[in-house]
Amino acid sequence: MDFTLKIWRQLDAGSKGKFETYQVTNVSPDSSFFEMLDTLNQQIIDQGEMPVSFDHDCREGICGTCSLFVNGRPHGPDTGITTCQLHMRRFKDGETIVIEPWRAKAFPIVRDLVVDRSAFDKIIQAGGYISVNTGCSPDANAIPIPKRAADLSMDAAACIGCGACVASCKNASAMLFVGAKVAHLGLLPQGKAEASRRVQQMVAEMDSLGFGNCTNMYACEAECPKEINVSTIALMNRGFFMAKIFCEKEEL
Amino acid sequence: MAKHGLITSSIGKKLIVGTAGLFLMMFLLVHLSINLLLLRNDGGEWFNAASHFMGSNIIVKIFEVVLFGVFFIHIIYTLLLTFKNWASRPVKYFMTNKSQTSFFSKYMFHTGVIIFVFLVFHFWHFFFIKLGFVSPPQGIDSENFYAMASILFNNPVYSIVYIIFFVFLGFHLNHSLQSAFQTLGFNHNLYTPFIKSVSMFCAVFISVGFSVIPVFYLITDK
Repeated sequence: MDFTLKIWRQLDAGSKGKFETYQVTNVSPDSSFFEMLDTLNQQIIDQGEMPVSFDHDCREGICGTCSLFVNGRPHGPDTGITTCQLHMRRFKDGETIVIEPWRAKAFPIVRDLVVDRSAFDKIIQAGGYISVNTGCSPDANAIPIPKRAADLSMDAAACIGCGACVASCKNASAMLFVGAKVAHLGLLPQGKAEASRRVQQMVAEMDSLGFGNCTNMYACEAECPKEINVSTIALMNRGFFMAKIFCEKEEL
Repeated sequence: MAKHGLITSSIGKKLIVGTAGLFLMMFLLVHLSINLLLLRNDGGEWFNAASHFMGSNIIVKIFEVVLFGVFFIHIIYTLLLTFKNWASRPVKYFMTNKSQTSFFSKYMFHTGVIIFVFLVFHFWHFFFIKLGFVSPPQGIDSENFYAMASILFNNPVYSIVYIIFFVFLGFHLNHSLQSAFQTLGFNHNLYTPFIKSVSMFCAVFISVGFSVIPVFYLITDK
């Protein structure tokens, strides 16, 4: 398969970027999107030029490192997968593929297609944890957890923090990410102790980092590679109101 | 950390917009129930009586102030949220976003602006006359809202614009009710599908309910 690639090139955060057009030929339909980009980069290196920078790590859809806005959709044209799980057979032979970085004020471009997603780390640092003393392993059934709560928590915990929710949202909102983290911990007994404090701290951090506001369009849910449900956002909203209205004032 | 209260938070602002929107929707139902009196063949007796009641009853007058306050808050907080949203993506994508979303949800701000523009005209034709800011049409008493409405609805251009406006209002309402419930934290696998249906029903009911009146005037030559 042959492809024409229009790729965003930008030297660093302060530089002005632009699209460059490249041709890649003889690409196997069974190669992954990143293997195709590897082929392109080898081609560029052979020509003595700087290869295209893009984020990748596990290449099996579990680490959340990869990004890329491919032909107008985060992680490409398929649903429920990351870019590293995308294969070239999903495209037509001879197709032009436009590849852009995530666009959001909170995700500044580092270089080419690489963006700085440390804003998500800051939100996690603000409250995405539980405070327990470590020691020997407790008995597995010492704390009764309803199956439904465990299932919903596990669904929310599937979030890999890739940022596709922010990338797809018209407003660059991070509410699905924060909702997933709040739900993941808050639904379990171990996380309930700090639930009200957590939701306030994480939302405050989210607001301070320049993300937009959710307008309930649900593009985030449609594009999330782990198919996190927007009910986590409602759960976060509910927890936030309850915490703000009913919890006693404390220094956060 | 900077002060982060309920009202200054992103979620709190959304809560305010949502609850204000729900209040405005309730008002629309009251307004519709009065407007439908125009369809009675009584020379506007009931409609004018209802209009007079709405314009003179002290409780209604207090609610009128509350209504304007809520309307103002709905607009101001929407603008605050929208400006923040625009600033959150300073560099736009080259490719149009093809993510699957509800069609109407994408245009809430646009339909909101259309509703605001129409409301200015609506005030000009009725509310400002009541307040004495604008003169009523020649030969019409400033209390005779039935005659004013009849003149406007007998103008086909006004009637068609009126119907088009209510189509846009329907688009706005279709997303707003279900969206407000989500913002309020109500998302339930049993009730959310019902709320979405009610949202759609309210949008159609209010749009069709208001649009029936100009259609009635157009086809009956009343």
